[in-house]
Amino acid sequence: MLDTFLGDLGHLMTIIAFVSSLITAYAYFKTYQANEIEKQSWIKFSRISFAIHGIATVLIAGSLFTIIYNHRFEYFYAYSHSSKALPVHYMISSFWEGQEGAFILWMFWNVILGAFLIRINKVWEAPVMIVFALVQAFLVSMILGVVIGDLKIGSSPFILLRDATQAPIFQVNPDFVPEDGTGLNPLLQNIWMVIHPPTLFLGYASTLVPFAFLMAGLATGKYSEWIRPALPWAIFSAMILGMGIIMGAYWAYVTLNFGGYWNWDPVENAVYVPWLVLVASIHTMITFKKSATALKTSIVLVIMSFVLVLYATFLVRSGVLGDASVHSFTDLGLSGQLLIYMLFFLGVAVFLSIRAWKHIPSSEREASVYSREFWIFIGATTLGLMAFQVILPTSIPAYNALIESFGGISNMAPPADQVEFYTKFQLWFAIALALLTAVGQFFWWQKMDKSKLKNALITPYVISLLFSAAIIVFAKVFDWKYIILVVAGTFTIVANATILAKLLKKSTFKLAGGSLAHIGLGMILIGIMFSSGYSDIISVNMSGLTYSNSWEDEMNKEHVLLWINKPTQMKDYTVVYRGRHKKVVGVPEYVPARILETTPEVNKMIAKADYGEYFKKGEEVDIVLEENDYFQIDYFQNEVLKFSLSPMSQFNEGMGGLISSPDSKIYLNKDLYTYVAAMNDYSDPEWKDDEIYEVAPGEQFHVADFVTYFDGAEVLEEMDDYVMQEGDIAVKAKLRILDYDIEKVLEPTFIIRNNQVGKLPVIDEELGLKVSLENILPEENKFVFKVNQYQKDYVVMKAIVKPYINVLWIGTIIMLIGFSVAIFRRFDEFKKMRDKGLEV
Amino acid sequence: MKKGHILGLGIIAIAIVIIMTSIGDASSYEDFDTAKEMMLDGEVKAIHVVGELKKDDTGEVVGLNVREDKVSFTFVLVDNNGTEQEVFYNEPVPADFTRSESVVVIGSYKNEEIFVADKILMKCPSKYQETEVQAAGM
Repeated sequence: MLDTFLGDLGHLMTIIAFVSSLITAYAYFKTYQANEIEKQSWIKFSRISFAIHGIATVLIAGSLFTIIYNHRFEYFYAYSHSSKALPVHYMISSFWEGQEGAFILWMFWNVILGAFLIRINKVWEAPVMIVFALVQAFLVSMILGVVIGDLKIGSSPFILLRDATQAPIFQVNPDFVPEDGTGLNPLLQNIWMVIHPPTLFLGYASTLVPFAFLMAGLATGKYSEWIRPALPWAIFSAMILGMGIIMGAYWAYVTLNFGGYWNWDPVENAVYVPWLVLVASIHTMITFKKSATALKTSIVLVIMSFVLVLYATFLVRSGVLGDASVHSFTDLGLSGQLLIYMLFFLGVAVFLSIRAWKHIPSSEREASVYSREFWIFIGATTLGLMAFQVILPTSIPAYNALIESFGGISNMAPPADQVEFYTKFQLWFAIALALLTAVGQFFWWQKMDKSKLKNALITPYVISLLFSAAIIVFAKVFDWKYIILVVAGTFTIVANATILAKLLKKSTFKLAGGSLAHIGLGMILIGIMFSSGYSDIISVNMSGLTYSNSWEDEMNKEHVLLWINKPTQMKDYTVVYRGRHKKVVGVPEYVPARILETTPEVNKMIAKADYGEYFKKGEEVDIVLEENDYFQIDYFQNEVLKFSLSPMSQFNEGMGGLISSPDSKIYLNKDLYTYVAAMNDYSDPEWKDDEIYEVAPGEQFHVADFVTYFDGAEVLEEMDDYVMQEGDIAVKAKLRILDYDIEKVLEPTFIIRNNQVGKLPVIDEELGLKVSLENILPEENKFVFKVNQYQKDYVVMKAIVKPYINVLWIGTIIMLIGFSVAIFRRFDEFKKMRDKGLEV
Repeated sequence: MKKGHILGLGIIAIAIVIIMTSIGDASSYEDFDTAKEMMLDGEVKAIHVVGELKKDDTGEVVGLNVREDKVSFTFVLVDNNGTEQEVFYNEPVPADFTRSESVVVIGSYKNEEIFVADKILMKCPSKYQETEVQAAGM
């Protein structure tokens, strides 16, 4: 049944949300202008209007999720992003797989943040909420789906499938509802994809808060007072955005076969850049609070971080990246709208800043080299340059689009080796940052001059040199660039740990945010250096083949071909591929696919054999996502099985193709990271020519390369899938085939009914064999077998050792804790001042 | 000169270095003819070539040659000018390679016969078209 109610509700709420956001902006503008008597009624009206907007936004999200949850495939969004086989937690991912859902998520966070601000701010409410409401108006317009003439505003997630596609079926039957959706992109079927997007979008949304305070400050003449309420939010935003980035990196590491956590892909760069600028702005804002300098820099940085988030959204979602990114985002025709959105706020911000510029207090005094302002400023500059170095080449596709829109031709392309290109700059900037954070922290907490600085730094310097020397020797870091990085990283850890120890002794944990975050930074740098710089591909050049061309022989082949059951030596391990497996509900380990048979029903299979105490032959079992194949690979050392890894791959017809996901063995000091890059396709085998064997029971012979025993045959009284009739004779032969340490039993059957011969061949997909019992020759006591070969099952795998990757993950956690401590402290400060009535 | 000025000049200098290397290291979109010229001129920079896989009349991809150990392969790419070129890729065949609409190879000529791709980007049939076909098939 076609049901349009949910879609109509969603669409109506979208329109209400749009209109109410404009009304809210207007009402808050009136509140701001109104005199004391009228103010109360205007503020009440504004809040009601914002509440309506909030409720509408929640209902938009609710309708869309209900559509997905109830499998309403008459809606294009559910049809193209979900399917019946999806478990509930992945339906949540379906919600934001599409861009419309992502915009709804963004709006939702803005509503929550807005509601918070109304509650906790007294003086700032009206001007800040004007900015909020305007941003919301732009965001809602992205999903408005209104067409006026040739102008299309927004892309609605509530359109019906029949309106979205021109499939001929809808001419025959307009009420046609598809049975199932095309499913969720398998890459997103990961628990990190359930929590990564909301985190990232909360990060995106929260950059609005400091920006809104800044705009409010500039417009109302509070040129410096905006910093106090904005600061905790700026730190909050940096923390959440940073967390989002790390989650994304971790997701890439555990689900994508890029071979790592960071690829310098435009989509990754587009979030990294605003984060860097945001962190720089936090530092200048804190400096301003301490010493009334760097206000102008803070203003510029806060504007930049907000606009860069919009620019990132534009780059990623306008389709302008095109060929440049491996992440594909379809162009929904929103690029113009996104551009207007970005330019509007950039324009407003620039206008307000220029108008206010001469009133903004700035210190004429030149900062001394021994002042913290100087060092923080250098640090912020370094962060800015890092951001600049990344955004410049990332924007190459945008320049091309710009030049082409003016009729020009540009054939510029992003750097061919992105990792090398970005690393060569970011490495040195990162070293500079590490050193600056170490020195800067000493300046921060005490007045310094030349001799004092020397005294303060000498101990941490010596300690960190000793530590670095130990790391360099034990972990064999012999590249000079990496040696410098280790020293810089250790230095910042030791120096900041010294400060931290002093702070904890003297005062409270509350002040420890900065030093914790910087310790995290040092660990992150060292972790990245080891896990990326010293990652070791252990599956390299294993085939022993020589190639016809000399140039090809010189190339490193990074993958290894593993035939099923065949032990292959790979560095310290002997690895054996053990065939495909499935994940069965209620069974802790993966179950071999060879004992399961597909049924027409989704995620249901029939057991072909008993499996421990979990299920019996003939039972129906529930599969967790039946498209997923797990390729079990056993790792032996000294003939002892050490562990098994099961990298996954999924064949998803709806999404068109195979997608593979890695599996890693995690040690304390390293990860062994593996994924399958190619595999056997035995869905439609091309059988080779017939091979005929005449064998007597008890005899041993060779089928293909396999040693095979013909143990004998038996006459069957009844058969599993076949109803026997009076006079039928069925004979089953038992062949035992040895493949390395595995023994397989193949039992082809031969049936005689009314002088007609029927043959039931057996196919073993893993061995790539089809065997049938062709004839029985009683006088010679021989059985005739026909064998067709295809090829043995195989996988092509890559295995990489990533040393000390845990240092990176621990470092990020420490950094996030540091951020949290800082948020707590700054918010506490704000609250105390507010409660004293000194909010501005 | 004030310290601030020196600092400013330093920042500008670094920014200029960044801009120059970005332009210098930027790759470019070429076709096979210009790419071959670049190789003959001794330029070793990796470039982008956009093209399609060679197909026979029935739409089947031809010229795909997977090495015996399955860890590398060659294929024939037809660039936008219609020039055919054998391309070597030192990786297993990507999953939906033969289904791709267009292929971007990033690499350079090894010698006059063979183009070696360091990286391949594939553009697969977009989801919208996919949907049409599927809905029509139901």
